[in-house]
Amino acid sequence: MSLAGIVNPYLERVRPIKDLAEYVKVEGEVAEINARDLTHKEVNDLIRECVIRGARKIILRNVFGQRFIGTRLALNGIKVEIEIHGIPGNDLGAFLAGHRIVVYGNAQDGVGNTMDSGEIIVHGRAGDVVAMSMRGGEIYIRDTVGYRAAIHMKGYMERNPVLVIGKTAQDFLGEYMAGGRVIVLGIGVDRHKARYIGTGMHGGKIFIRGKVEEYQLAKEVTFGELDKEDWKFLEEKVGKFCEYFNCDKDELLGDNFTAIIPKSKRPYGALYSGE
Amino acid sequence: MRFNDDKDFSACGIFGIMDRAGRRFSGKLIVEAMSLMKVRGNGLGAGFAVYGLYKKFKDYYALHVMLDNKDVKEKVYNYISQNFDIVYEDEIPVNDKANVVDPPKFVRYFVAPRKRGTEKSLSDDDYVIKKVMYVNRHIDGAYIISSGKNMGVFKGVGFPEDIADFFMIEEYRGYIWTAHTRFPTNTPGWWGGAHPFSILDWTVVHNGEISSYGTNKRYLEMFGYYSTLKTDTEVMAYIFDLLMRRQGLPIEVVAKILAPPMWEEIERMPEKERNFYKALRMVYSPLLVNGPWAVIVARHGEMFGLTDRIRLRPLTAAEKGSLFMISSEEAPIRYLFPKVDKVYTPYGGEPIVARLER
Repeated sequence: MSLAGIVNPYLERVRPIKDLAEYVKVEGEVAEINARDLTHKEVNDLIRECVIRGARKIILRNVFGQRFIGTRLALNGIKVEIEIHGIPGNDLGAFLAGHRIVVYGNAQDGVGNTMDSGEIIVHGRAGDVVAMSMRGGEIYIRDTVGYRAAIHMKGYMERNPVLVIGKTAQDFLGEYMAGGRVIVLGIGVDRHKARYIGTGMHGGKIFIRGKVEEYQLAKEVTFGELDKEDWKFLEEKVGKFCEYFNCDKDELLGDNFTAIIPKSKRPYGALYSGE
Repeated sequence: MRFNDDKDFSACGIFGIMDRAGRRFSGKLIVEAMSLMKVRGNGLGAGFAVYGLYKKFKDYYALHVMLDNKDVKEKVYNYISQNFDIVYEDEIPVNDKANVVDPPKFVRYFVAPRKRGTEKSLSDDDYVIKKVMYVNRHIDGAYIISSGKNMGVFKGVGFPEDIADFFMIEEYRGYIWTAHTRFPTNTPGWWGGAHPFSILDWTVVHNGEISSYGTNKRYLEMFGYYSTLKTDTEVMAYIFDLLMRRQGLPIEVVAKILAPPMWEEIERMPEKERNFYKALRMVYSPLLVNGPWAVIVARHGEMFGLTDRIRLRPLTAAEKGSLFMISSEEAPIRYLFPKVDKVYTPYGGEPIVARLER
């Protein structure tokens, strides 16, 4: 096979920073970027450049599918806020290092992929594999999420990632989940339809408001009781959700929540070691 | 950096747009949509299907022939003229200045079947399939890549913008458009292997891979469909023709053959339903399409989207007035129309269907 025609689509058409000045307006610590004609790399190069030069709030307008927004910003602990208008592309906030991203619109697949810390707030829905391999920070999605939300989310000691979903999730919620917390609020939803919840799950907890039947759970998980700590946790996170999206916290917390927990910390041990 | 190692970032991008009121529009819209998904492809394949473009010859089969080998044109012409009445023929107009490497030649024939002897018992459609299969299998270097009426497939090696530029896609008008950008992972990136794949007026664009290709292909051979284009997606076009045109099944049932519910789900169904789904799985088990896939399928009057049963590839649908869109990502939909009436993503194995309003 000839390789003559192969092009790296991520690098093609990428212009150097110095040619992108017309897309940015800076006022004090606020930088506004018009992303309409920018490629993925150009948007992210510009954000990084603005932060290095002192911007602490970035407003992105006309975003249409540019990927990895918020990545490559681990800069000596500097924290920024990124406000997005439009549809950010896949892997929004991948590896996010302590920043805050607010999206006014829907998000696509892979929100918060391997996110380290910080916060992502989506005023809309999100696609598949939200919070994949997330290891810290918080994600709030106002509406629904697609397949495999929180796949292999993990937690360790003080690191405890949180994903809060306003409406409902599709199949394989919490697949191979190893830690962290997922809250599904079921707002305006008659019945959660997700199947195979917690397939291969071996850590963390999922809290679902509204009815879930036994058959919707994978064989590696079971229903658990909520303890005092859990209710305290829910009160705090649901409170935050309601603050962001303007809903009634007491009404949501008044209803019954179901906890879904793993049966074992090591469901596949016997597969490899013959235990 | 070039992707010449074993690690690939499989993606592919697909997009379909239909005006359910039947109004025709230029290919400009879909080219714009595809350019928003540039990173889903790597320049090794792109293509377009358009419905309603050959109004003048709408009653004739439009055969788009790709000639990989320049000396084969006469052979193809002889075969076609022996088996069909040719009412019009031309070279498919292309832009020589487009950014593509070593394009093959494309010719098209508008034809009516000329059936003889025992072939008179075949329907026109079955006759055309038989002849298309003959050319693709036995005339070396010639492939009929499109064979429906009043529709056509234009495809090749390049990014969607380049292929659109090469075939001057913006000059054509149709009421359904589907498009593909390719990121080939395990089959060659050649002109015949670009999507859409087509037979009669069926077209399929696909993101993913079909692990059951071997089983599907062998089953289809029993019904006279032969895969010659070295890409798994080809079987999909033949499956839809077999199940929907020849066997008359609706898409709602066909979806449950390609992407059937799991056995444990079937066990939970009420008895009547359970028996139906069991029968489907048993009768059509060689047509279960395994692996990660999302497709947009079209024929005259309808366009639908479908994914594998556990949705290992993304697909989003949107409606705006009479327009219906299906896409790998939401961004291109919003780029074309910032405000839509409805945007949604169904569960794996549930078809998204758009039909012409009568």
